[in-house]
Amino acid sequence: MSEYVIETHGLTRYFGRHCVVNELNLRVPRGSIFGFLGRNGAGKSTTIRMLLGMIEPTRGSARILGRDSRELTPEDRARIGYLPEGHHVYGWMTVAECGKFQSDFYPKWNEEIFRAVLSHFRLDMKNKAGNLSRGQRAGLCLALVLAPEPELLILDDPALGLDPVARRSLIQSMLYVTRRADRTILFSSHLLSDVERVADEICVLDRGVLRASCRLDTFRKQVRQFTLRYDGEGPPLPELPGLLESFRTEGELSIIIANLDPEGEARLRALPVHSFEEVPLSLEDSFVSYVGERGEKSFFTKDLEGVK
Amino acid sequence: MALHFEVHAGSPSPIYEQIEKQIRREVAAGRLPIGEQLPSVRALAEQLTVNPNTVARAYAELTAEGVIESQQGRGFFVAERRQILSKEERLRRLDEAARRFLDETVFLDFSLPELLQRLETLSTEYSKSRK
Repeated sequence: MSEYVIETHGLTRYFGRHCVVNELNLRVPRGSIFGFLGRNGAGKSTTIRMLLGMIEPTRGSARILGRDSRELTPEDRARIGYLPEGHHVYGWMTVAECGKFQSDFYPKWNEEIFRAVLSHFRLDMKNKAGNLSRGQRAGLCLALVLAPEPELLILDDPALGLDPVARRSLIQSMLYVTRRADRTILFSSHLLSDVERVADEICVLDRGVLRASCRLDTFRKQVRQFTLRYDGEGPPLPELPGLLESFRTEGELSIIIANLDPEGEARLRALPVHSFEEVPLSLEDSFVSYVGERGEKSFFTKDLEGVK
Repeated sequence: MALHFEVHAGSPSPIYEQIEKQIRREVAAGRLPIGEQLPSVRALAEQLTVNPNTVARAYAELTAEGVIESQQGRGFFVAERRQILSKEERLRRLDEAARRFLDETVFLDFSLPELLQRLETLSTEYSKSRK
């Protein structure tokens, strides 16, 4: 059994002349909760659809559960749960009918899980799917995708449009599923505080390019903010390769920087200023800074895994 | 024992650090006495709705610092207090805490002797409450 449930090699997709996913090399470790991050239009959904063999890559390849994504068999698919963006349901069916319909496609169907998730989201079997609220629809979709007990769960922006209570239920369900060490979840999200609660690993996709893929803690450690205070003009900043942002106010300079190496840090600390302070960043601030306009595509943090 | 921890996702302080700090504080204040068992990794993760690895990391750091200890197969317990940090590290942490203290008190306009006296009084109360 491979250590990775998803592995892509140079995965690339063009729509017309527009490159949406660019030379993606992604590896999702088995047993992880993997947060797939990026702004709208970064290429997350396109990547997910290539992983599932729903669209062809222009170049490169993807392996999912050890099989090329273009050659997935129905048996492979039964081991993968996919929640597409938007929580679509067949509105004319009742919740119970949705369950019956879905279960016919799967060799394994755990009715207990189906009912547990429904009750977690306070859903009644007799409800018409078309009359459900957004949060309830999300709950139904989640119940449908969890009941076959998939080894790999791919959730495309599952929290979209959910209220805080439904989001918490979603997170609880995700943690519940991964109680078994052989279950993996890949999910995309814009809600960084939710990502922080559940994800072990994250990757950051920016305009089709993979900019980081590492443990969540590593990402947080590698994006740092410093405040320098000085009199008068202040010293010029040395050339720093990972500089993401810098702004000066009177007598003060704040910088956010990725992958600062010890020499770079020593050069910063040697600047003639009267205070030099590291200011911790939230995950959201790190992310915003990381995919902000100044960034370049060269800051892979995977290489820095294990850096103390 | 009803321990109430809370975590805030989205804060500049990572979740494992928040858990670590709260446990350290509970132990220091004697609300978690020596030998007391901590909730299991799984149980605390469930209570806080966070990834169990996050709790495991907090426990690992506290174990490395000697605040808690793991007993094979039985879980985590508050450890007998012993200092395992180097002098240098202890000083670094003291300075860090002192700076935070000063940041919050400087605008209150107390003189240094007044601050020191206050610290002494509170410190006496603190030691009493631990007994």
